[in-house]
Amino acid sequence: MTLYQFLFYVFASSAVISAIRVVTVKNPVHAALFLVLTFFTTSLTWILMEAEFLGIVLLLVYVGAVMVLFLFVVMMLDINLAPLREGFVRNLPVGVFVALVMVIELGLIVGSHAFGLANYPAPTAAAAGTSNTLALGSVLYTEYVYPFEIAAFILLVAIVAAISLAHRKREGVLYQNIDQQVRVNRDDRIRMVKMVSSTPVVSEADDGKSNSSGEKRRD
Amino acid sequence: MISLSQFLVFGAILFSISVAGIFLNRKNVLVLLMAIELMLLAVNVNFIAFSHFLGNINGQVFVFFVLTVAAAEAAIGLAILVTLFRNRRTINVEDLTAMKG
Repeated sequence: MTLYQFLFYVFASSAVISAIRVVTVKNPVHAALFLVLTFFTTSLTWILMEAEFLGIVLLLVYVGAVMVLFLFVVMMLDINLAPLREGFVRNLPVGVFVALVMVIELGLIVGSHAFGLANYPAPTAAAAGTSNTLALGSVLYTEYVYPFEIAAFILLVAIVAAISLAHRKREGVLYQNIDQQVRVNRDDRIRMVKMVSSTPVVSEADDGKSNSSGEKRRD
Repeated sequence: MISLSQFLVFGAILFSISVAGIFLNRKNVLVLLMAIELMLLAVNVNFIAFSHFLGNINGQVFVFFVLTVAAAEAAIGLAILVTLFRNRRTINVEDLTAMKG
């Protein structure tokens, strides 16, 4: 058994075991953590297949960002787990049966008789200094540049959708409304009062009135 | 050496586990989302295995796009989940029947 085979079996078996734990474990926090382990080991098998860039991207973007988002949400929600586990045992035979049938059927299709080393010989290892990132980028920015921009736009839409969905308007909190501040007109704030510039002699009652109005302006 | 079929069987096992997970955790939206992420991962394993054995980089470009869409899906799904929990105080699928025809 070569080192390559040994590494593949270690990574693949730990990925499968942790994937089983993801769907069977009781606590969603543990499920998210096992999902992190699954993604980690799977990214290692990708690196075995000389897809180094995507393996690292899976680690950084997925394990680093998306799974942490999952953990945040799991820990933020105060969920009652008992009702969510109802039917687990009842659905267990059906689920396992369907999964086994799928594995057997897919194994019959992709088994070694069709996709074995005889039909698809193992590719020679890439020469030292070959850059997977360079190869991927040279295709991504030329042939696939339009889908690449669409992907960027999908991410933008996702940001907008996530913020607008999760943003909450709180009642009873004073906000500064910059829209209204910018759009305000002079007439909304200033009231012109016609008054004589000088009053020769005022009585006591008139004097008090003009002070209380507060809107004294010289034209 | 590891043959292509071994990588494909690995992807098939991951995919079947996530299908079983959808059966088992039919009430918990959170675990359902995780199972969907696992499914996309299994598909990506197949893409990369074929890309490696056929010597064609286009499979890896597809994985790149699948990762993008999966990240967007996870973000929007979790935002919907948070809104749902804020309004209904539950993430049980059985209680979410407001749109039943």
